[in-house]
Amino acid sequence: MTTLTMAKAINAGLRRSLASDDKVVLMGEDIGKLGGVYRVTDGLQSEFGERRVMDTPLAESGILGTAVGLAYRGFRPVCEIQFDGFIYPAFDQIVSQVARMHYRTRGAVKMPITIRVPFAGGIGAAEHHSDSPEAYFAHAAGLRVVSVADPQDAYTMIQQAIACDDPVLYFEPKRRYHVKGEVDELTPLDDARPMGTAKIVTSGSDVTLVAYGPLVQTAKDAAVAASDEGVSIEVIDLRSLAPVDFDTVVASVRKTGRLVVAHEAAQSGGLGAEVSASITERCFYYLEHAPVRVTGHDIPYPPAKLEQYHVPDLDRILDGVDRVMDRPNSLTGVED
Amino acid sequence: MDEIHLGELHLGDIDTVQLLTPEGSRLSDARYDAWVADVGDEQLLALYEDMVVIRRIDTEATALQRQGELGLWPPLLGQEAAQVGSGRALRRDDFVFSSYRENGVAYCRGADLTDLVRVWRGTTASGWDPYAINMATPQVIIGAQTLHATGYAIGVQNDGSDAVAVAYFGDGATSEGDVNEALIFAATYSAPVIFFCQNNQWAISEPVKLQAQRPVAERAPGFGIPSVRVDGNDVLAVMAVTRLALDRARGGGGPTFIEAVTYRMGPHTTADDPTRYRDASEVETWRAKDPIARLAAYLSERGLLTDERSEAVSAKADAVAAELRAGCIALPDPEPMAVFDHVYSTAHTGISRQRDHYSRYLRTFVGDDTTPSAALDQHDTLHQQDRKAS
Ligand SMILES: Cc1ncc(C[n+]2csc(CCOP(=O)(O)OP(=O)(O)O)c2C)c(N)n1
Repeated sequence: MTTLTMAKAINAGLRRSLASDDKVVLMGEDIGKLGGVYRVTDGLQSEFGERRVMDTPLAESGILGTAVGLAYRGFRPVCEIQFDGFIYPAFDQIVSQVARMHYRTRGAVKMPITIRVPFAGGIGAAEHHSDSPEAYFAHAAGLRVVSVADPQDAYTMIQQAIACDDPVLYFEPKRRYHVKGEVDELTPLDDARPMGTAKIVTSGSDVTLVAYGPLVQTAKDAAVAASDEGVSIEVIDLRSLAPVDFDTVVASVRKTGRLVVAHEAAQSGGLGAEVSASITERCFYYLEHAPVRVTGHDIPYPPAKLEQYHVPDLDRILDGVDRVMDRPNSLTGVED
Repeated sequence: MDEIHLGELHLGDIDTVQLLTPEGSRLSDARYDAWVADVGDEQLLALYEDMVVIRRIDTEATALQRQGELGLWPPLLGQEAAQVGSGRALRRDDFVFSSYRENGVAYCRGADLTDLVRVWRGTTASGWDPYAINMATPQVIIGAQTLHATGYAIGVQNDGSDAVAVAYFGDGATSEGDVNEALIFAATYSAPVIFFCQNNQWAISEPVKLQAQRPVAERAPGFGIPSVRVDGNDVLAVMAVTRLALDRARGGGGPTFIEAVTYRMGPHTTADDPTRYRDASEVETWRAKDPIARLAAYLSERGLLTDERSEAVSAKADAVAAELRAGCIALPDPEPMAVFDHVYSTAHTGISRQRDHYSRYLRTFVGDDTTPSAALDQHDTLHQQDRKAS
């Protein structure tokens, strides 16, 4: 076991992938000499050279479009999008090309492309630097979407994403880049928890609380706070947003009878809607209360001084827990 | 531009317009002198003052960031001449679409000083009203504004006006699809737009060589747009080429591409550490071409920049900096319910419901003095109006 920050864990995972497969190439803006604006790729260009770790022109559509060509040629590109809000210029290449190439070519062409995206807020950044665009991609068939919440998963899942023959969007919660955790670098990848699965991070019996990425820690904190009030919360880190590991969530909800889904992205059409609907379909007779979503508002990510009122915090999650528990909460007495 | 000789695989070099040398000597130039013939001593001194004031604004904002008053600041240190020379060439009814670094242009357009820092302090998503100063709010998405400028210019054309739209962007931006698409649209419709590229040599850590194998100015002719390369640290030359481009656009001549060759002397933003990717010696080379020093040298040589005048300019810069600081520090934090403001221009039931729920949630904390209940009361009133409206 080593203690690493999430940024260093991803760096270590990338290094391993680069070292073990010479078809892996990294590409992105400022990832070479600078080591990325978050230093996630620090030192990799000096170690593997400019052809393996490429500083690209400032063109996101260009990055993804050339990655398609590289993949055609048998390479495994790992593209860094510098910030969440800058993925949109590449959206066309991702959803029109990357996502459907395997389907369109009836399996002849693989797109083992990993797209790394530092995402979400909480760092007081300027506009376009705090978006949570995961739902756009979860909606596009052909893509796998994951989000990591701790250094161990960050380390293993980046390698799994790169090894995967499907395209993977790999969302990195930037406000957790510098948080440290234990990382086991020795367990072989094949023995590690598979990429498409959820993980129970706190077990409990009253409420199932589903979160991913930046909100997993907040959800764990909420579970601790709730237990002081006698409520036992089971926290699930979804890890994979497409596909969602519903079996794990279903098993938990059949036990607890109550579901809260928390995410930072806007509510409408988000992952919370997907999880709530699917669980309602599968667990209707087990539910003691309708699933409740605690999410960012349906607004563009607000300026820094307002983000605390947008990003769900521990209190807002607990209010959602109170709702499913039929305890006094902010909507008590409201018929809506 | 020289011929491109395919036989010898030779690509010619484009020359750079310069009217003031780095040492401050005035060069005569048959093509461009006429465009600044009316710039008299007082106007030269005014350009000097602008550049000094803008540098002072930049230094003050950088200091405010270091002191924790601003979340971030993108310095323009070194790019004063490119911004003032072009900014001061514009007419009131021309319209500017810029990136985040054009605070000098915003100053020339008459932006309120406090408006320059609102966004970076994180209190609002935009500083000024674009129609008040005919300048769009700064663009963070690289290159997107070049299309906006082109569309605005097409609108100007439709309206039969002779105003011009100007898009400011960096050398890195020229790699983006949007910029290339803007060039195509502008050429197709012969739109009255100026593409003003400040080639400051770097896009964060990436040197211009990574974006362009040839001088950036050479790209536009391939789209059917004439271009000119100008010494971006020479305020007079920048003014001359901008005026020429404005004149072409006003007269129906269509778009022009200007590459102002300059240098970003500081970091990309206050979050950046340029020592990781560039040599100190490079910065020193460019320091010798400082835009303010060269105009000062020229003015002093001619006896125009007296001690008295210099002091007056410094005093003005100090006053502006003090006003900026005071305005910045006095900016109040926004009220929580402001997160819901202006998402839509007309009532939207989805947002109304979320807003209502969130205010109920905040009310559960009333009594606990972190929640401003007056703001919630005000919100409730607004909300009632909204309900009636929808
Ligand atoms: C679409 C997009 N991609 C990436 C970024 C991140 N980013 C911000 S500024 C910058 C460099 C821009 O360089 P350049 O266009 O030369 O302008 P300069 O900052 O030098 O004025 C980058 C990569 C962004 N803001 N937008």
